[in-house]
Amino acid sequence: MDDARHSEPPLLVKGENLSLVYGDTHALDGVDFHVQEGSIIGLIGPDGVGKSSLLALVSGARRLQDGTLNVLGGNMAAPAHRRRVCPRIAYMPQGLGKSLYMALAVEENLAFFGRLFGYDGEVLEARMVTLLSATGLLPFRKRPAGKLSGGMKQKLGLCCALIHEPDLLVLDEPTTGVDPLSRRQFWELIDTIRQSRPQMSVVVATAYMDEAAQFDRVWAMNAGRIMAEGSPAELLEQTGTRTMEAAFSRFLASQDDLAASELEIPPYEEASQPIAIQAENLSKRFGDFTAVDSVSFEIHQGEIFGFLGSNGCGKSTTMKVLTGLLEASEGKAELFGKPVEASTVESRMRVGYMSQHFSLYGELTVRQNLDLHAHLYRIPHDQVNARIDALLDQFGLREEADERPASLPLGVKQRLSLAVAMLHDPDLLILDEPTSGVDPIARDAFWRILIDLSRNKGVTIFISTHFMNEGARCDRISFMHAGRVLVSGKPADIATDLGGGSLEKASISLLEEASKETSTATSAEEIASQFAQAPDETKPQTSRFFSPRRMMSYARLEAQEIANDPIRSVMALVGSLILLFVMGFGISMDVDGLSYAVLDSDQTSLSSDYQTNLAGSAYFVEHPAILDYEDMDQRMRTGELAVAIEIPSGFSEKLERGRGAEIGVWIDGSQPMRAETVLGYVNAVHADWLQNLIRTRLGGAMETSAVNVETRFRYNPDVKSLVAMVPAVIPILLLMIPAILSSLSIVREKELGSITNFYVTPTRRSEFLMGKQMPYIVLGWLNFVILWLAAVTIFGLRFEGNFLAINIGALLYVTCSTGLGLLISTFLRSQIAAIIGTAILTLLPAVQFSGLTDPVSSLQGAGRVIGEIYPTSHFLSIARGTFSKALGFTDLQQEFITLIIMAPLITLISVLLLRKQET
Amino acid sequence: MRLRNILHLGIKELRSLLLDPFLAGFIVFAFTFSIWTAATAMPDTVQNAVLAVVDEDQSPLSQRLSLLFQEPYFAPPIEISRTEMDPGLDAGDYTFALYIPSEFQSDLLAGRRPTIQLAVDATRMSQAFEGSGYIQSIISAEVSNYLGRGHEADALPVDLVIRSKFNQALDGGWFGAIVEIINNVTMIAVILTGAALIREREHGTVEHLLVMPVTSLEIMLSKVWSMGLVVLAASLFSLWVVVQMLLQVPIHGSTLLFALGAALHLFSVTSMAIFMATVARTMPQFGLLMILVIMPLDMLSGGMTPRENMPEFVQTIMLAAPTTHFVSLSQGVLFRGAGLEIVWPQLLALTVIGSVFFVIAHSRFKKTLGSMA
Repeated sequence: MDDARHSEPPLLVKGENLSLVYGDTHALDGVDFHVQEGSIIGLIGPDGVGKSSLLALVSGARRLQDGTLNVLGGNMAAPAHRRRVCPRIAYMPQGLGKSLYMALAVEENLAFFGRLFGYDGEVLEARMVTLLSATGLLPFRKRPAGKLSGGMKQKLGLCCALIHEPDLLVLDEPTTGVDPLSRRQFWELIDTIRQSRPQMSVVVATAYMDEAAQFDRVWAMNAGRIMAEGSPAELLEQTGTRTMEAAFSRFLASQDDLAASELEIPPYEEASQPIAIQAENLSKRFGDFTAVDSVSFEIHQGEIFGFLGSNGCGKSTTMKVLTGLLEASEGKAELFGKPVEASTVESRMRVGYMSQHFSLYGELTVRQNLDLHAHLYRIPHDQVNARIDALLDQFGLREEADERPASLPLGVKQRLSLAVAMLHDPDLLILDEPTSGVDPIARDAFWRILIDLSRNKGVTIFISTHFMNEGARCDRISFMHAGRVLVSGKPADIATDLGGGSLEKASISLLEEASKETSTATSAEEIASQFAQAPDETKPQTSRFFSPRRMMSYARLEAQEIANDPIRSVMALVGSLILLFVMGFGISMDVDGLSYAVLDSDQTSLSSDYQTNLAGSAYFVEHPAILDYEDMDQRMRTGELAVAIEIPSGFSEKLERGRGAEIGVWIDGSQPMRAETVLGYVNAVHADWLQNLIRTRLGGAMETSAVNVETRFRYNPDVKSLVAMVPAVIPILLLMIPAILSSLSIVREKELGSITNFYVTPTRRSEFLMGKQMPYIVLGWLNFVILWLAAVTIFGLRFEGNFLAINIGALLYVTCSTGLGLLISTFLRSQIAAIIGTAILTLLPAVQFSGLTDPVSSLQGAGRVIGEIYPTSHFLSIARGTFSKALGFTDLQQEFITLIIMAPLITLISVLLLRKQET
Repeated sequence: MRLRNILHLGIKELRSLLLDPFLAGFIVFAFTFSIWTAATAMPDTVQNAVLAVVDEDQSPLSQRLSLLFQEPYFAPPIEISRTEMDPGLDAGDYTFALYIPSEFQSDLLAGRRPTIQLAVDATRMSQAFEGSGYIQSIISAEVSNYLGRGHEADALPVDLVIRSKFNQALDGGWFGAIVEIINNVTMIAVILTGAALIREREHGTVEHLLVMPVTSLEIMLSKVWSMGLVVLAASLFSLWVVVQMLLQVPIHGSTLLFALGAALHLFSVTSMAIFMATVARTMPQFGLLMILVIMPLDMLSGGMTPRENMPEFVQTIMLAAPTTHFVSLSQGVLFRGAGLEIVWPQLLALTVIGSVFFVIAHSRFKKTLGSMA
């Protein structure tokens, strides 16, 4: 861009003295930073110097700690301003497809972002088609985002960021892992959009120095500070270098002298080296999609073999087949002369593999990760620490040794992955884009290690990369496209033959040639017209207040997630039905079949008469007679007997004499409820026997009671457990399942990273939570209907109350239970904690304190208090009232009022507790 | 199989557990506060039962009757009118409604055998049945007493001498605390182990393990021992500190024997959790599967209601569940002071079930591990 000396364009972003501290790390240390309208700004610097932190601040994703930051004419510390401007900002976080929903299709992802900003119908569709075809994603629009290759995820992420025509585009290493052709298309797309929207500014962090050379201005950062700033030409002049690459090294030269020297590669002596990797007509199909299509190559020991090609062309799949992670559909794959399928633990010891996605433990520190792997790779105990120390230095991880990768920048994570892959001195390294997102200096340092391994230790290296200068360093390379190898050979030969000496040009022409038939790339004019078609006036208004539309976008998103995972909904619905059966039949308060045995020391006709009477009771089951006290003790201890009866010697004699005859009863008190019942039964049987005795033997009729107590069991005349239990079990099922699902839906976004979309879009906290809640309310209500139907049909319960009343009650109640899930999710970060937390916080109160078996009024202490306020108690009353007692709204007024208050209240509290920014 | 791998992979699990403060907090919560509330909230069967009295007689006798219903068994009786009786029962304001008709006292004295009506809300199972028995006997006794026949009751020819073994006061709290520990042991072990595996899958770390020189057996055993150990330690802490020290529940048997049983039980349920995690593809699916498995285990293994009340086929099926044997072992050891000579069949059953579960889970884990990456 021209030097705008005459009329300075207004500043879009102006940050002064920005500082950011995490724990005791200074991510930003007094940074002054500004962006002019209509310009494209690059941020360069080593990994972990604060580039991402700065971008997150500018986009509003991260909370401002110190300093002032004005973006688009207002202070970013003010929530009202953030809300006002965030529709004009688009932010694409670092990491492969970090902001995407992996279970959703490409078009569903894009449509979600579009709807969030108010696009819909044909406008949305046209826009989606333009963006997808411009990035070559159109043929994949139905594919789930999780199944895209790394580079394709990045492109989709960009589409999602561009869909709402932002004025400020904040991109954090957007082209990491993107192939050269797509990279060029990517920047062309941005250029085209900038032409039709000249006021748009772009801020990009990048590890590609050739990209930085094209920007208007470049800011070089190091250790949380700005080291230099200016146009690329100015920076080259300042450092006295000719390339940005060299300039970059120069900025850091003082701290790393090694970096300044040129990389030298000793020639590789191919002759007579045995073959390390051999692939012959290797194919891999997923369903009807062929990822790898009869690929053949040989790699010799000690060789550095490069794999280049477009995104999603099958490089990673081929590598995975060679490591044994995937099984080949056809063809032969051999490592060191042995087929890969027979990969044993011993053969794994010879291979070091690094996957494209970070796959180490984010919850262990860098050192702990290394330590774990050192032990797994059988490094002798006394050498572990020395080896780790050496690696920490070699890969520049010393400072981050005690930090957790989860909080580290991509470049540092990549270095850690590399260190782990090399930890055990393997004979073969399979590295899938190991340098993506790594800064140039670290990349050079890393190549030094590779060259040393190859040339001095004979390690075979199989590496894939999108950096052409890295491709040029390989001994041989293969270009892949759409599952096939296009060309193989020495990089210099390929560059001369196809690119006039430049490998970059060679690769682009190769890929262009190959993708001609399949490509439906949109012309620049089309894109420009699409984006020019919608001038600012017609751009949908972004409401600053509660927007039902945004809420519905989130509701739709969640509904799609549920629809794409049908097992989840089926499990929820069928599962609750199964549980209803289990609990309906399983929780029984009817106590019968009680085991008893008699210790008869009397052995008279009277004592045997007493026994006969007991045996006649339907409640008791007689076990063999007890021999003595010891036998009794033993058998009660095993739990065989619920009750033991002792008829002492002299019993009948004493009875005949009418003085002091006793019968001993021992009850197993370990289950108090059962014991109480036993007690009642024994008393009743005993009284019955006495009456008979008095009538028959003692001649006189026993005085009947003077008063008649007439007991009527209401609502459940037979006192059957089923009638009491089924209506009470429904509320419990409608609590746990919806609560777990809704709480996971939020925590999942936090754990997997897509929560950033909520941070940087105009979505309000209430829209986000209620949108997410809505599908689960519907699912919960559906669940209720199924349970209700099962109760009246399969269980044959009579439903006597008001059907509308129980339905409204159920709706209010599932709103409460999903709300509880949201509430729990607001303070949790991991899904495991969410499952355990929700289970603990719902199961105990629901089963024990809500009146399932014991009425709330009979409870004590904390349980009583919980029972009184817990929504389950209230819906339980509604369920029992409508099922068994034929009640309606008016009779259950109290319960309804409580639920009507609670349902929105719980969601409201969750809204207040949720954070709109990362802290 | 290398023990060192199992050890280090297990240590990794423990480290990630400790790093999640909320997760660790929930485990502590489940074995302290949950146990404590479960124990203290549970009423004795009839406790604080709410009784309403419609006294149309207003005689000295009828007033004496309502005074009889006292704490702790009954909450102070509520005086209501006849018309309030039904709506109150409907609304669940009280479980029992006693109707004393007018002229009750005089009818009684005239020997006309008056009738007292007792309406019971039978949807409140646990109280309804016991409570009505209590109320009947209280009334009968008082009426006999009033009529001056008190001595006759004493003169009954045979006395029942009732002793309650293992829990003299029939204190429901003891029972509640132990049941809660048993349930939490199962639930938390299943979630921790299963979710640890799902997390590896969702974060792509399984892929990494697959290229490491470790076997599926080592991976599985490392999760079994580490998560089992956490839960075992938590449950013993709960038993010693919360149950014995804070709640003052006397433990009759050997806690060491209980610990042995718990360890075997944990071996089974953690294996089961691995199996579940191979079936579920995502964390939400696992969460649902967990509820589907845990609730029946809690409900049907004899912890909450006695096994003999359940239908025959349920009892038979539940013999295959480790919880059934663990519950019966725990009740035997902790309540009845049973020793090894009594609970060995349960220990044997747990060992057999655990081994079978482990073998099945491992073969499935081995088979599916490749597709998890």
